[in-house]
Amino acid sequence: MPSWVPLVLLLVPVGICLALPFKRDLLDKVWLVLAAEAVFGIGVGTYLALFSVPPERDMGEVVRIFAAHVPQVQNALLAVVLNFGCSLWFLIRKSWVADSLAESSAEVGLYLGAVGTALGAIWAKPTWGVYWTWDPRLTSAAVMLIYYAGYLALRRFTDNPDTRATWSAALGTFGIVIPVTVYKSVVWMKSMHQVQSSPETVYPQLVTAFRFSAIGFLCLMIVFIYQRYRIAQEQLKREVAPPEALGAPQGAA
Amino acid sequence: MTPAETVAQAPAVTTARPVRPGLFACTVILLRKDLLLEWRTRARLNALVFFGICTLLMFSFALGANAMALREHASGYFWLAILFASVLSLSESFRVEQENHSLDGLRLAPANGRAIFLAKAIGNTVLLWGLGAVLAPLSIAVFDLRVVMSLFTLAFIMLVGSMAISAAGTFYASIASNARARDVLLPILLFPVLVPVLIAAVKATTMVFEGDPMNQMESWLTLLGSLNVIYWGLGLVLFPRIIEDL
Amino acid sequence: MADAAFHIVDVSKRYGPRWALARLTFSLERGKSLLLTGHNGSGKTTLLKILATAMSPTLGKLTVLGHDCHEGREPIREKVGLLSHASFLYEDLTAAQNLVVLARLIGMTDGEADATADAMLTRVGLAKRRDHPVRQFSAGMRKRLAVGRLLLKRPELALLDEPFGELDPQGIGEMEKLIAELAAQGTTLVLATHLVDQGKALTTERLHLEEGRRVEARA
Ligand SMILES: Nc1ncnc2c1ncn2[C@@H]1O[C@H](COP(=O)(O)OP(=O)(O)O)[C@@H](O)[C@H]1O
Ligand SMILES: [Mg+2]
Repeated sequence: MPSWVPLVLLLVPVGICLALPFKRDLLDKVWLVLAAEAVFGIGVGTYLALFSVPPERDMGEVVRIFAAHVPQVQNALLAVVLNFGCSLWFLIRKSWVADSLAESSAEVGLYLGAVGTALGAIWAKPTWGVYWTWDPRLTSAAVMLIYYAGYLALRRFTDNPDTRATWSAALGTFGIVIPVTVYKSVVWMKSMHQVQSSPETVYPQLVTAFRFSAIGFLCLMIVFIYQRYRIAQEQLKREVAPPEALGAPQGAA
Repeated sequence: MTPAETVAQAPAVTTARPVRPGLFACTVILLRKDLLLEWRTRARLNALVFFGICTLLMFSFALGANAMALREHASGYFWLAILFASVLSLSESFRVEQENHSLDGLRLAPANGRAIFLAKAIGNTVLLWGLGAVLAPLSIAVFDLRVVMSLFTLAFIMLVGSMAISAAGTFYASIASNARARDVLLPILLFPVLVPVLIAAVKATTMVFEGDPMNQMESWLTLLGSLNVIYWGLGLVLFPRIIEDL
Repeated sequence: MADAAFHIVDVSKRYGPRWALARLTFSLERGKSLLLTGHNGSGKTTLLKILATAMSPTLGKLTVLGHDCHEGREPIREKVGLLSHASFLYEDLTAAQNLVVLARLIGMTDGEADATADAMLTRVGLAKRRDHPVRQFSAGMRKRLAVGRLLLKRPELALLDEPFGELDPQGIGEMEKLIAELAAQGTTLVLATHLVDQGKALTTERLHLEEGRRVEARA
């Protein structure tokens, strides 16, 4: 199968995300389509990676784990960038949609990042003989997870929804430094560690499987964020008193 | 009539108000207040220095008394000691503001929110730099380091490093000091964003002791400089929002 | 409403799931004084903090001393003094230093600030404690120093949140005298207190809150 085929699948999530600002309730109906595509993409990607890709010369069988590891870490970074965008959006417009989206993307990003990092450690054991290689990208990704765990902890510790939204938006905005660190750490630390290259250059046979899986995980991330966003909005409804509860205006003094 | 008498006796509404200080003057006033507070609680300040020294010495127990290994990583230990101490000094500098809601008193005085940020960040820079000035000669002595470059360079690295830690730290401490579990929250939020500062400061400091054959010093200092621009910029923009939106 | 000390329309404030102030509309003329009453948790402190621009209202419009609160809070803050539950004092600074910092912040030179601080300490009866750190002060002395902080600003609108709290009978008497002086100088007053009799004697208007809403006072 030519390696561009999975890219066709990309049209669905990208199209939906582009249409979302114009039609807010779009996902209420089509999230099942994305869920189906997530299952399909991850399924096909995993199948190809496990059964159709030949073992690699140096890494052998473990190279297959790349098809799950890299997409999850990439999508985690994407979720973190989304968190940054929503944080800025909140600071500028004070929108509760932005606040809920920021919380959801941080949580989903934390989940994907944790799984992705664990898979990276599993890959490292047979390849380099150790679970933890102190590879700068691996380590800074782990540090990023700690930051967003702290972000979520602060949200839990703050009772007033208005304050919580402002503070976490400030954290999310400042936090953009961290994905940049993850990205640049390899360059900064290269005097000590070898640069880790992407799987495309490491092993071309894996590319098709990798792309299926990456697009599947992208859809999965959108579905997760969407569902988590709905929960966040429900929680806000309980936590934030609606103006309707105020009743009619009182007479002027 | 002296101003004092004016205030004490004249009708409140009619007298003209003095002109409020601008951003710079306000920063200076607040910085003087912060430094005065530090001075009046200098016992705590001393404890901070001893905490730094203690951290530094503890590395020798954690690593075993291997002089070679200790010397090789001395700059790392030096910056870690400063980093750990910074958490204490930063949360302390907001604890005093929280005690009687003095920060609200400043806001309502009114003091400019950016001036409050600048004063706190500069105050902490001074403190960390001073701590570095104590720890650096000590490190040179106990880790048996040779100073290849000038001490002026070392002082400059310490300054830009402390500035970056203080700017980001002031921002995070202002949030964490309001939350429950503030003591754990500050480091887990602060350390991740300081990773690049730590990398650059340690690399640059190492070159002071081991030489710079590949001429990398400038790029590390540039990195530290750009990080400072980012942290101070973000802090100046975000800090007023944090303390106002309550 | 140019001569209104403050004018609030439909002001509401929520803390999470509940509204602490609900659609409050009120205005107070300059030079008048207002007694603010209500049970614990009725929203008095919240209202005072909003008037002082320490918090912004969740909904509604607010004009204080002719300035709209959305157009910048600093002009309001310059002219409003808040005596809050919290004293705003630095525990480790002396009484004089606490006042000097504020005096400088409102624009006095160092010399003016020192002289003013001393005059103010005499006025609130703390001259002898000038160089003692606030940490060593009793609750009543803190309250007096906090009043000194308020007077130092020469506010056009003074917001007093339970000024008699934590004071002994003699302290209450002194506080009454200070408040009466303040009113005599033409300062607009808002006085939130549970001591209705003292409050009534010091004020001309009355606002009674229940659950963040305005109701007619029964007593
Ligand atoms: N920081 C806060 N967080 C949550 N609720 C608060 C906060 N401050 C006040 N409240 C609530 O708002 C209501 C009004 O409080 P407050 O204005 O302090 O009343 P008062 O000063 O009249 O006793 C109370 O029900 C109180 O529980
Ligand atoms: Mg109260």
